[in-house]
Amino acid sequence: MSDIVPFVVFTLQAAVRAGTPLLFAVLGDILTERSGVMNLGIEGLMLVGAISGFVASYSTGNLFLAIVVAMLAGAALGLVHAFFTISLRVNQIVSGLAITMLGTGISGLWGKGYVGVVAQRFTPMRIPLLSDIPYIGTIFFNHSLLVYISYICVPLLWLFVYKTKYGMTLRAVGEAPEAADSRGINVFAVRYFYTVLGCSITAIGGAYLSLAYNSMWIENMTAGRGWIAIALVLFATWDPVKALFGAYLFGGVTALGFRLQAIGADIPTDFLRMLPYLLTVVVLIFTSTEKLRLRVGAPATLGIPYSREEKT
Amino acid sequence: MPVLSILFALFVMGIFLTVFFMEPGRGIRFALSRTLEAYGEMLSWPFGNLYGFYETLNKMIPLAFVGLGLCIAYRMRIWNIGGEGQLYMGAFAATWGALFLFNDLQSPLLMACLVISMGAVFGAIWGLIPAVMKAFAKTDEIVVTLMLNYVAIFWVDYLVYGRWRDPAGFGFPLTAEYPAAARLPRIFDGNVQIGLVFVVVLAVFLEYVYRRTSWGQKSALIGDNIQAAIYAGVNIKLFTILALLASGAIAGAGGAVQMMGAQHRLQPGFSPGYGYTAIIIAWLGKLNPIGVVVVAILFGGLLVGNEQLQMFYRVPIALVYVFQGLVLFSLLGGEAISRYRIRFHKRGDE
Repeated sequence: MSDIVPFVVFTLQAAVRAGTPLLFAVLGDILTERSGVMNLGIEGLMLVGAISGFVASYSTGNLFLAIVVAMLAGAALGLVHAFFTISLRVNQIVSGLAITMLGTGISGLWGKGYVGVVAQRFTPMRIPLLSDIPYIGTIFFNHSLLVYISYICVPLLWLFVYKTKYGMTLRAVGEAPEAADSRGINVFAVRYFYTVLGCSITAIGGAYLSLAYNSMWIENMTAGRGWIAIALVLFATWDPVKALFGAYLFGGVTALGFRLQAIGADIPTDFLRMLPYLLTVVVLIFTSTEKLRLRVGAPATLGIPYSREEKT
Repeated sequence: MPVLSILFALFVMGIFLTVFFMEPGRGIRFALSRTLEAYGEMLSWPFGNLYGFYETLNKMIPLAFVGLGLCIAYRMRIWNIGGEGQLYMGAFAATWGALFLFNDLQSPLLMACLVISMGAVFGAIWGLIPAVMKAFAKTDEIVVTLMLNYVAIFWVDYLVYGRWRDPAGFGFPLTAEYPAAARLPRIFDGNVQIGLVFVVVLAVFLEYVYRRTSWGQKSALIGDNIQAAIYAGVNIKLFTILALLASGAIAGAGGAVQMMGAQHRLQPGFSPGYGYTAIIIAWLGKLNPIGVVVVAILFGGLLVGNEQLQMFYRVPIALVYVFQGLVLFSLLGGEAISRYRIRFHKRGDE
């Protein structure tokens, strides 16, 4: 029995580590989707965030700058998505997929010269006092700075979405753009803003991978995390606090897979890699009941472009 | 307009290529001429040379299969993103049939029927899961189909790296080769796999279904206005399930045909994202079966051209994704702009 406690603690600590990139991606996407824009480009955005952050860190050694650059790169791709889906009213699914393609390609091309290179990275820093709490300290307060930033982001975003005037505007635009428009809200501007902002937050998730989690650039290093993030947004019912639990749950599943392998459990690797995806499907069966949907449904106009001319 | 859009994509891609070809000590003229040379290679081989065009057709077959399947669902605004997984499940089932279940069968015709049916059935199962979830629990089909892609890919990985690995394959992650009876005949002097015929027949059949049958009318109604469809008494649940079932079955059959006609063995990553490219193809083909086949030929040619670039100019595969993304965005943009018919007028003279 004495072995089981450290095993659990380390797995939970790894769950937080593995969950953080997902958390950033989900938080960003919640903002975008709340405004009524669906984004299937997360995978590409994370990859672009990963490589641009890594390159910036490599060439300047400044981690703060690296995060800014990653966010700007995410914002640039987000702007493309926004232009096509909001201004040109292109199908959001198709545009999102194109963003993923473009992001995967650009990151692969850009990253060619950075494979196997070492850059300045985020190192774990213990938080005094808090990290001394037994178990909890190890699990939550012995991480890199980005993890702590994600802790702060969650309540901030929750307050922002549910308790501020701006959050109200955001939700109004996603739920009833005509009504928002008639109240003098510029629906297009709001959607543009949150698509770009959401994409730049998503890109931090990618930068976390290349600057803290793996601490190097590997082609296609997101390995499907972007798609899981999309599922998690649904799972979290567009709520930042639930996103935290969802991200750590999925981080935990990934971490558990690695741990089981490390202690030599006889389960094929491919089944362990399947686990998060299977879990998503199972979870969706249980969370998408009609009752729940009525209470916390998706933004009503998610996926539908807004036009002032046409009435649908 | 589409021609202009593709020219625009080629232009932007040219900037990427020129940067890629830049070498220290040589001027920009050198990089530019290399780029033009590469473009010549990329376009003339798949579209201007008979053997290159055969390659284009071969590449087009899996794309068109999945694309045609997706159309059925997309016409009802059911977003099946799982073409890739359905293709993989089809390939898996075909291999199961050809190597393990019916491997003693001598008749190629019976074998083809059985193996392609198995592919279709397993593709259909992969479509049925999200269909049932959507019909009865209103689960978002985008996410479920996406997740099932990964499950299918890892499942195939598990088999080819483990239980099904060919003992005579020098340790490579490959299954054994299909027996002779499980290989489809080839046409055009053996240069093109017979799947081309299937694709054309399927496209014509679907075109007929959409134009002339009540299924086609009802599915169009569901896509245009689901409320009206409900009032008209269309059974939405049934149609949702059937659409995803058919969608998956066609993609699965495509996987089986790709195995029997071209690859003859299962290997990991046998599809370079056909299922995702097919989504784009279905959309750019405006969900018309014939349109899908035409766009699939275009994208097949782009894939072949990009392979040429990789081989002769050492252009990395990542550039292919960039290019596909660019083509897609410029085609979408071009279409949207022509829809708007931008007109300039002075302030006030509305």
